[in-house]
Amino acid sequence: MNKLNSKNQRIFNVVLTGVMVLIMLITVYPVWYSLINSLNSAADISKNGYALLWIRDFTWESWKTVLNDPEILKALFTTFSRTLIVTVLQTLITSMFAYGFSRPNLTGKKFYAALGFLCMYLNGGVIAYFILFNALNLYDTFWVYIIPSLFGGFYNVIIFNANFKAIPESLFESAKMDGASEPVIFFRIVLPLSKPVLSALGIFTAVGMWNDYTQTLYYTKSEGLQTLSYYTLSLMKSSEAAANLSSSLNGSSMSSILSAMSEAASNYKTIELACMILSAIPLIIMYPFAQKFFEKGVMVGSVKG
Amino acid sequence: MKSTKKSKASNYRLGYDKGTQCQLHGMMLPGTVLMILFNVIPLFGLILAFKNYKVTEGILGIFTSPFYGLQNFKIIFSNHDFSRMLVNTLGLNLIGQLVALPLTILFALFINEIAKPRFKSCVQTVTYMPHFISWVVFGGIVIELLSADGGMVNALLLRLGILDTPVVFMAEPKYFWAISIVSNLVKEIGWGTILYTAAIAGVDQELYEAAVLDGAGRYRKMWYVTLPCIKGTVVIMMIFAVAGILNNNFDQLYVLQNAFNLERSEVIDTYIYKVGLQQLQFGMAAAINIFKSVLALILLVGANKVSNKLTDSGLF
Repeated sequence: MNKLNSKNQRIFNVVLTGVMVLIMLITVYPVWYSLINSLNSAADISKNGYALLWIRDFTWESWKTVLNDPEILKALFTTFSRTLIVTVLQTLITSMFAYGFSRPNLTGKKFYAALGFLCMYLNGGVIAYFILFNALNLYDTFWVYIIPSLFGGFYNVIIFNANFKAIPESLFESAKMDGASEPVIFFRIVLPLSKPVLSALGIFTAVGMWNDYTQTLYYTKSEGLQTLSYYTLSLMKSSEAAANLSSSLNGSSMSSILSAMSEAASNYKTIELACMILSAIPLIIMYPFAQKFFEKGVMVGSVKG
Repeated sequence: MKSTKKSKASNYRLGYDKGTQCQLHGMMLPGTVLMILFNVIPLFGLILAFKNYKVTEGILGIFTSPFYGLQNFKIIFSNHDFSRMLVNTLGLNLIGQLVALPLTILFALFINEIAKPRFKSCVQTVTYMPHFISWVVFGGIVIELLSADGGMVNALLLRLGILDTPVVFMAEPKYFWAISIVSNLVKEIGWGTILYTAAIAGVDQELYEAAVLDGAGRYRKMWYVTLPCIKGTVVIMMIFAVAGILNNNFDQLYVLQNAFNLERSEVIDTYIYKVGLQQLQFGMAAAINIFKSVLALILLVGANKVSNKLTDSGLF
């Protein structure tokens, strides 16, 4: 009986490991696929199709094009500065709000709670923002990326609040005895004790800002304000339209013009892939370091939210 | 430490003095101002649904422009594209949730069965990763994978002899729902398990020991112990899913959508963007927004009621 059980156990473990490895491969493969093809020569892709497992004809060509393109570099800079500024300021402003909210002696807490929940569940929609940003002269400026995102939302306040409440009250009392003001207590005691939750929420904000393209799509129009995500998207949209057209023609006959066109298109494709990888690289690099904070941040949210 | 205990009462009274309160409210001021400016004021924009507003009227035009009654709503509901959009929205969400919810729970249950902690955290790390990649990148890769000239899927299907000629997947409306649902599943299934994993970690181990004594095997333990214990989390996720049934993932669908697959890919959220910000018909966009919000609220309350009745647990 026992022997049978342990044999079953072993088979189960092998199958389980196999399935898990398969799932991991499926989740990683898309990124791998675009990485190897961005390093493959475009001529080879147009002749033999995309590389599936390994680079067939290695070249830095697409990456050189991407990293020498002034527009992409500008987009990279816009994305980077926006991410940095918003992450720092939003974390600061939101945690400061949450600190006030978490103090038991705060008067008018009901007002803040009502305001917070109202903002959490209702929103005016893109049109209202469009009109408001125009009225505030934020439309089509760099500031439209910064100012509306400075407050992280009440959900984050709830998470911060739960963490701040867990700090022993005696710490606050002794600090007050020493004559510390509220801002001093916040910066000297509360913030240093809240590094895990600060990191978790900071990372979420940074990822959101880095990946966002809708703000560019909705509220800007000049090319100088493109973010990396948006730039990649417009590259994709234009090349996809061309590819769909040409491949519907492909079936009939492959003229020399069409084959030249498809070579140019795949040239474009590898550049596009390089662009995608470029905008994913920072996330992939910081990801293993940040990963340990995620569960902390999310779990607190799940308990309280 | 001794003195703090004694003076606790006076300290609390200390916290209510003007200076301390000023400091606290002062620290909350930036957040409050931002909330009022960017969350409360835009709510007035909903009035536009009942108005005949023109872009040139500026922000005060929201109040001064002429009333239009329910005209905006009438125009939308009489538009024959609207029913198609509604079908796409509901279909993508319903089928997507019906596929994703059980699979995510199943995945979480099996992750929990992995014996070696290092392999377990490795699986979690790797499968969480796509969640952090933007839809522009992930959707872009999906498009490349499905590409008709040499994409992986076509190459594979051709080699296996399932297809004779490559299929332009992204230009065929009939494949769009499947593409969207499967790509979302691959991207989010790992991250989706995080809440369930947390819930499973909180299950009392004695329950499993008791179940083993009663002769329960692995699957019975899952079915009779783990699942009932994480029921609360599952119910909350289901309520959110029902309430969000009119919200599509704009980020994903806008990336995957193109002129050829619009028939199956146009949803309410993408339509609001097109009507509102491309055609500048603000009144109509606001009307669709109100329609969406009201329905979402009804669904949220309704789903909560049903779950309270059926399972004795709900959101509120």
